[in-house]
Amino acid sequence: MPTITQAPPETSEPLKPRDASKAIKRSSIKRDRFFPYALSAPAAFLELLIHIVPMLLGVWIAFLSLTQFSIANWVKAPFVGLQNFITALDPNGPIGSQFFDALGRTFLFTVLVVAIAWSLGIFAAVLLASKFRGNGFFRTLFLVPYALPSYVTTIAWAFMFNQRDGMVNRFLVEDLGILDEGPFWLLGGNSFFVMVVVAVWQFWPFAFLMLLAAVQSIPNEVYEAASLDGASLWKQFTSITLPMIKHANVVLLLMLGLWVFNQFDIPYLLFGPVSPEEATLISPLIYQQSFNNWNFGVGGALSVVLLIALLIVSAFYIRLVMPKEKSIDD
Amino acid sequence: MPSPHFTNNLGRIVAITSIAALSLSGLAGCSGAASGSGSAEAGGTITYWASNQGSSVTQDEEILGESIKRFTEETGIEVELEVVPWADLYNRILTAVSSGEGPDVLNIGNTWATTLQASGAFVPFEGEALEAVGGAEKFVPAALATGGAEGQAPTSLPLYSMAYGLYYNTKMFEEAGIKQAPKTWDEFLATAKKLTKDTDDDGKIDQYGFALAGQRTANNAHAAFILGMQNGGELYTKDGKPDFTNDGIVSGVNDWIQLMGETGVVSKSNAEINDGSVLPGEIMDGNAAMFFDQAPGKSFKAAGFEDYAMAPIPLKDSGATGQEATQSLVAGINVSVFENSDNKDAALEFVNHLLSVDEQKTLNAKYTSLPSVTEAFDDPAFGTDEQQAKKEILANNAAPMPLFPTEGQMESLVGEAIAKQFARIAQGEEITEADVRKALEDAQQQMPAS
Repeated sequence: MPTITQAPPETSEPLKPRDASKAIKRSSIKRDRFFPYALSAPAAFLELLIHIVPMLLGVWIAFLSLTQFSIANWVKAPFVGLQNFITALDPNGPIGSQFFDALGRTFLFTVLVVAIAWSLGIFAAVLLASKFRGNGFFRTLFLVPYALPSYVTTIAWAFMFNQRDGMVNRFLVEDLGILDEGPFWLLGGNSFFVMVVVAVWQFWPFAFLMLLAAVQSIPNEVYEAASLDGASLWKQFTSITLPMIKHANVVLLLMLGLWVFNQFDIPYLLFGPVSPEEATLISPLIYQQSFNNWNFGVGGALSVVLLIALLIVSAFYIRLVMPKEKSIDD
Repeated sequence: MPSPHFTNNLGRIVAITSIAALSLSGLAGCSGAASGSGSAEAGGTITYWASNQGSSVTQDEEILGESIKRFTEETGIEVELEVVPWADLYNRILTAVSSGEGPDVLNIGNTWATTLQASGAFVPFEGEALEAVGGAEKFVPAALATGGAEGQAPTSLPLYSMAYGLYYNTKMFEEAGIKQAPKTWDEFLATAKKLTKDTDDDGKIDQYGFALAGQRTANNAHAAFILGMQNGGELYTKDGKPDFTNDGIVSGVNDWIQLMGETGVVSKSNAEINDGSVLPGEIMDGNAAMFFDQAPGKSFKAAGFEDYAMAPIPLKDSGATGQEATQSLVAGINVSVFENSDNKDAALEFVNHLLSVDEQKTLNAKYTSLPSVTEAFDDPAFGTDEQQAKKEILANNAAPMPLFPTEGQMESLVGEAIAKQFARIAQGEEITEADVRKALEDAQQQMPAS
């Protein structure tokens, strides 16, 4: 291997006039090193202001008795120690039992929505990665749910699932005649599945977009070589596509998982301020405790528990699954 | 180690992001300044959050816009109006109270008065503030009593007065040969059953005796109060402790829930309704014959519908007196001034305008409610049969909702508990009185200590 001859270290020679230019260079390197930090400082400050400070306030609220008596001057709200946590986590109490039910339900909701959204996303991405007529049309079509404001679309879903006048029941009862009487979609057990449907509809285009970008970055030659070797389409998918989009997948699943777990808009717009028991997720429950029942302390305690749980899960996920820094340079 | 190229790129990305973040925050700053300036200019502009009293937000904007125009011509003070729908009003107020950033003047449901009073975020009407709006004497006493807890200076003043009544479709009554509105609960059930029928002989019931908004918590809580009182129960003990599980309240709530359950005079599809303003439509469309409401007249008027009449809500026992003769709460909308207002003088001037005799007459006539100022209340213009009946109910058969600071939570929790029972019935479950008691017990356990 050729060796590069390095200049002798600067200290070995006495300082000569021409070294002045080096000194200037060094100081400019020093300045260069600080420049990015100086530029990122405003962003870091805003991040602190927008995310970290409210989060810390939320943690603090969890230790206060914050109701209508203290809300106007909440800095002086009485400190109650762990009382809010005891109320929130007592499985026999009305709030604690709702919390644990909601936790399990939210977990199931997240798994279902992420799994279905991802599957639809990868299917469409692989399909549209190849060139065919009408490809552009489908790409645009698939992105429509992502481009529309979720407020509008969720309300449209709520109209469609209305028991008496909704399109879904009209179709099932009057057009197809499968059912004698229209079931309730926004009450009871069905409401959970309606929520899953709406969430999948809303989130799958994002999965599709991310996966399409990843799939398109795989060189065609790899597939050509594989098909010359006689690999089936399924084999190509499992042995080439999946491993090669692993990094995109890992990030996508984490993001989708967190978004879906913290989902608030969909249940709020579908059901109003109070979700049916069978479809109460964690975020709406926290909202209900805080804003409907004016019990901000308990709402805060529930949020803190949720935050810790999500942090632990995310930390494990990142350690175990996320690619290490080294592999980013690969 | 990241390559220099990488660092370079990182620097660029950070720079672009910071610029974007800064410009965004700058924009936010601009909009903040713009909206804040309204209340900052002395004598200039105030903001007003009105509740949705008309048949639509647009109608409110028209009606209040005219009133504001008269005010601005008189005083030179500009008013920025925002009509807040009922579903959002309570939360908007809460957010305003906790952040200290809110309107100068706002409407509240009068049943929230004591809860909001406890927050200390509203100007108490005493001394100069009370003088500025014309003194306590000008109000109808029962309406003024809803302004806050007993023995404390009210933090809200009555703007529109209302009472619950039984509204019914007169044509449907005639067709069924029903001569007069039911006076007792038993008569009411019999009437409702008679009107619940299959009109087109397809084997399905398509007309119901009664309509209600199953998921609307406030209406459920009001029903719990009225029917609970009629059954001899109260939602609070005398010293202000929540008491949702006494026999009277449980029977009253059970009567309400069984309208959809055992008696089946309410369509199960009503379990899904979370907006009370759709109920007049149920009567106009012939889906149901009766419903309880405070002032649906403007909706009927807007639709040009005249086949309706009002009667007092039936009593459990025809000879009932005192508490058991309760047919309504002293319902209504109050107006408050935000303590953090930068322009309290202008805010008080505007409240005085809304509570002037002329404005009271104009606004209440348009909203089909009753004035809360005695001179306007006694005006012959408010003398139709319906208005006379409402006046009598307010005078003799109405009580204020419990005047305790946790009233707001009570409405939410009791209302939700009832809404859940309606949902269960819609799913085909049978709800017994024991289930009702259990649901109310759970609600009570979630009440904060007052």
